Amino acid sequence: MVQLKINQKKYEIEADKSMPLLWALRDKVGLNGTKFGCGVAQCGACTVHVDGEAVRSCVTPISAVEGKEITTIEGLSPDLSHPLQQAWIAEDVPQCGYCQSGQIMSAAVLLKHNDQPTDEDINDVMTGNICRCGTYNRIRRAIHQAAKTVRKQKEDNS
Amino acid sequence: MTNTPKNSGFARVGIVAAAWLLIVVVTNLVMAEQKQSTSKEDISSAAFLKVYKVLQHPRCMNCHPAGHIPLQGDNSVAHNMRVKGGKDGKGIPGMKCMTCHQTQNVTGKRTPPGAPNWHLPHPDMPLVFQGKTPAELAKQLKDPKTNGNKTLEQILHHVSHDPLVLWGWKPGEGRTAPSISHKEFVKQMKIWIDNGAVVPK
Repeated sequence: MVQLKINQKKYEIEADKSMPLLWALRDKVGLNGTKFGCGVAQCGACTVHVDGEAVRSCVTPISAVEGKEITTIEGLSPDLSHPLQQAWIAEDVPQCGYCQSGQIMSAAVLLKHNDQPTDEDINDVMTGNICRCGTYNRIRRAIHQAAKTVRKQKEDNS
Repeated sequence: MTNTPKNSGFARVGIVAAAWLLIVVVTNLVMAEQKQSTSKEDISSAAFLKVYKVLQHPRCMNCHPAGHIPLQGDNSVAHNMRVKGGKDGKGIPGMKCMTCHQTQNVTGKRTPPGAPNWHLPHPDMPLVFQGKTPAELAKQLKDPKTNGNKTLEQILHHVSHDPLVLWGWKPGEGRTAPSISHKEFVKQMKIWIDNGAVVPK
């Protein structure tokens, strides 16, 4: 039995401790927003947050994340109100959509640390997330737009 | 007893012989000392050349690159995905080393290797292995200003116990290990240090 804290909720999972987190999320907990792409941390589709940092869940054994805060795309905001989700909708970013939850989760870590990213900053982080539809230009535009929203929210709250 | 000419002659011969013996003994001692110090240097230097071979192996050198991008594979090519060491050598937010490198190897070929605290040296003191000659690398390793503020004892401890160093000898499927064992590597490092940490010529 492994205890995991996912999106602020505790789960007890009957599984071998070597099970990849992605399997536990999708098959044991039923959170299907995180996608299986390559299975070897090469595409980024399975990106989730562990203690606030981006992690490829396909290569992360559940033993490594016991007692840690796991956040999936479903937990990024309760109502699609995260600036990135809003920007993604406004820019109509997805084509097939398969990689998009991973893209958004990586971008969310970037914006948390840098609310004024340059194209270079965006490329440095997002290069680990592959989009076979080639939506990279729209992804970059959406991140810039979300960054503006984050800055405005900070100004409004200060 | 009176000092006859015959007795005086014996005394002179005795003195000369004693002096000659003393000179021979002292000369031999000095030569032996010199010989010992030369061989100590040779021992240290030879040990470092064995250490150097390990440090130049991809398992060690790939995380001690000349630039800010780590290397990968047995052919030591630049890490894919434009991975960078960042401000602390642990990657950049959203693209940390630990984003893909967990605390243990992932099963199978072409999967990310793993060990606790996967990282590059701090960018302020990168301790570059790539492209360094034995002399350059030995100088770097000896100098706390270029080796991460470490004493030689701390360097020895690092190579003896750090899980990231030990990983080099259990690198997982599809990756070679250095040609000598970890035990032999540590032994040679100790010989190098114990014999003066000589910079090879």
